Amino acid sequence: MGVSNSAQEVAAGRAQSPHTSMFVRMLIRAAVLRRGRAASALFAMVVAAAVATAMLNLYVDVQAKLRREFRNYGANIILVGRDGASLPADALSPVETVLAGRGVAAPFALVVARTSDGQPIVVAGADFDRVRQLDRWWSVSNWPAAPQQALVGVRAVSVVSPKNQPFDLSFQGHVIHLTSAGTVQTGAAEDSRVYLSLADFSSWTGVQASTIEVAATGSPEEIAAVMHQLEQTIPAADVTPVRQIMEGEARVLGKTRATVLAAAALIILTAALCVLSTLMGWVFDRRRDFAIMKALGASNLLLNGFFAAEAAALGATGAVIGFILGIGIAAWIGRVNFHAPVVPRFSVLPFVLAGSMVVTLLSAILPISLLRRVQPAVILRGE
Amino acid sequence: MFVRLVYESFRRQKRRKLLAGAAITLGVTVATAMIAVATDIGDKINRELRTIGANLLVTPQEDTLDVEIGGVNLKPPSDGAFLNEADLPKIKGTFWHNNITGFAPMLPVNVALQSDAKTENVTLLGTYFAKRVAFGKEEFTTGVRSTHPWWKVSGAWPDDNSHDVLLGERLAVRLSAKPGDELAVSGRELRVSGILSTGGSEDDQIVAPLSLAQEILGKPGAVRRVYVSALTKPEDALARRDPKSMSGSIYDRWYCSPYPQSIAFQLQEAIPHSHAEQIRQVAQNEGAVLTRIEGLIFLVTLAALFASALAVSAAMATAIFERRAEVGLMKALGAGRLAVASVFFAEATLLAIIGGFVGFAAGGLLAHQIGRSIFNSEIAIPPVLLPVILAIAVIVTFAGSAAAIRKAVALDPVFALRGEL
Repeated sequence: MGVSNSAQEVAAGRAQSPHTSMFVRMLIRAAVLRRGRAASALFAMVVAAAVATAMLNLYVDVQAKLRREFRNYGANIILVGRDGASLPADALSPVETVLAGRGVAAPFALVVARTSDGQPIVVAGADFDRVRQLDRWWSVSNWPAAPQQALVGVRAVSVVSPKNQPFDLSFQGHVIHLTSAGTVQTGAAEDSRVYLSLADFSSWTGVQASTIEVAATGSPEEIAAVMHQLEQTIPAADVTPVRQIMEGEARVLGKTRATVLAAAALIILTAALCVLSTLMGWVFDRRRDFAIMKALGASNLLLNGFFAAEAAALGATGAVIGFILGIGIAAWIGRVNFHAPVVPRFSVLPFVLAGSMVVTLLSAILPISLLRRVQPAVILRGE
Repeated sequence: MFVRLVYESFRRQKRRKLLAGAAITLGVTVATAMIAVATDIGDKINRELRTIGANLLVTPQEDTLDVEIGGVNLKPPSDGAFLNEADLPKIKGTFWHNNITGFAPMLPVNVALQSDAKTENVTLLGTYFAKRVAFGKEEFTTGVRSTHPWWKVSGAWPDDNSHDVLLGERLAVRLSAKPGDELAVSGRELRVSGILSTGGSEDDQIVAPLSLAQEILGKPGAVRRVYVSALTKPEDALARRDPKSMSGSIYDRWYCSPYPQSIAFQLQEAIPHSHAEQIRQVAQNEGAVLTRIEGLIFLVTLAALFASALAVSAAMATAIFERRAEVGLMKALGAGRLAVASVFFAEATLLAIIGGFVGFAAGGLLAHQIGRSIFNSEIAIPPVLLPVILAIAVIVTFAGSAAAIRKAVALDPVFALRGEL
């Protein structure tokens, strides 16, 4: 590339944009002429901003992600008819209204029936579709699909239907004829029970659901609000939280979040230091530019302004590119670890932007304040 | 000459070496702390998950069906089989005894509660609160206070050898009883030491020391079921296999892994005539939660390692770039590329080893602090980690310096000495 050519280009550029100030031109030329070092400084900035964004995004989102995991523990709220009474027949629809899609509710009804040889056994009526969503830990060999089919607890099998034959159950003189669709194993009380569909159950016994188990999603405050609303809409029910689930969840979430926060702080600190050392090297390296400008009569204010503007531009560019990259990393981590992408949190952007500016300004101002004490002549002579 | 070059370089350029050394130290500190946290997080979260309750249940093998609705037992009291209380300490003799954080036996008894000339049928639940149990020479404390941490008592927990009881919250409201009152239960006068709130069926029951429940039932040593809280490993394909179908070495691996299934199997071996099973609601889900959190921290640790590697390389690159004039001089005096590169690499190695040692110590301290402030327990760093960390530090420092050294070696001495580019 010929010198005259570039001079013509420059002249043409000047003619076309007469209002471009010397200040802006210096900024742009500084970045273009020393492409290699400017690029490495920008690279450091982008990586730091990306890592910071990803960490902050994860920190904000980890709670929501883990809450979803914890909902697999099943109900965190239980509605029981007051003093052992059944709930009103239409209790489920107000519960659904209160939940408004933020959770699952499943009704249960329980009685003690007798097998054909007179043994007492607990029989439960349940809505199988809802149970499948609510109690995912149930290990079921085959869910009942047709009427008069029952789901038999693994320990109840030997009592009601050891050879998988059809069996009869009686409750207050009413007899129901059932076939076993499959078995359920949970390691808890369900193993000793027989489950029927609610429709079969109530037409046989005339007993309505006495319990509604609710798995409500959200923060502790949101769950408390749901409980309060449930109490008001269904006054006939006792609404109790499942305390071990709520407490365990709060503890695990709190500790995990604190660990991620500590890790994020460490990582961001390291990344900031990386930017600081790269940028300081870059600015230090340009002590000749600095000395020439000073020798030509630039004021301290102008010099500070020049390097600060350069740093701010670098910081802002790096932060925006890094932010986009970081969102991508966070989304990838979400997909790999939680099988659901981490939602981009644009509320993180101002923090990343401000942090990047502070770090870059700091790394520009520090070497400048060191250089200011040195005579330009000394720098120009080299050393 | 080589040694003197390196030595003098360290002696005369203290500030620069300090800066590069500080970057390496910080990088190693962060890496060590994060690796320590990542290796220990599983155990820590596992312990936190135990607050959700026991994950294994031991019942008598020949047990009849539970006939229980809402915590009210409708089965005749003498019906069914029992476990023997004397067998329980053997739980601590199983292969995974260190993973068993506690157990609590339960014995529900139907009793008649007299109040204001009325008689009411309630369930009295016998259990351990915080009982001292001995197995061999080992002594340990176990009971519902460790296995059921969400049980809250206003008043005092009863002593396990006393005749004091806890009164369930809802039952207490019905009877308008308070701590210190006497209850007439099946012809005995029992003192209420506290009011129990669990949010479950125990709120309608009386909870008493196990020996008292056995006395009322008239069956010394009887236990209906035992809740066991154990630290387990998330289930995988091996865990779900039937132990009877396994060959020798696979069976050994299954037996020696703390899966819920294998711990249940060992409990069954330890307690005669028992059937042990995982409580799926607890055991299955904790595996999932644990896997997620471990995965998350693992990825975060990777990010931390990446950031520290980058910081180290940036510092090294800057440090070498600043010494172009030196490189020019060396080359002008006739040093070959190899000689120049080996000086820099020797310096980098020295820096990495010093920074690695200091950073390892600092990282240990940092991990300790994180463990203290977040989990209230120690995060120990295995000493095996030291050589690994040192090796990583050296490799990263080398990798970080390599590009800068290649550039420095390729420099034309004339330009370098004149300070151009």
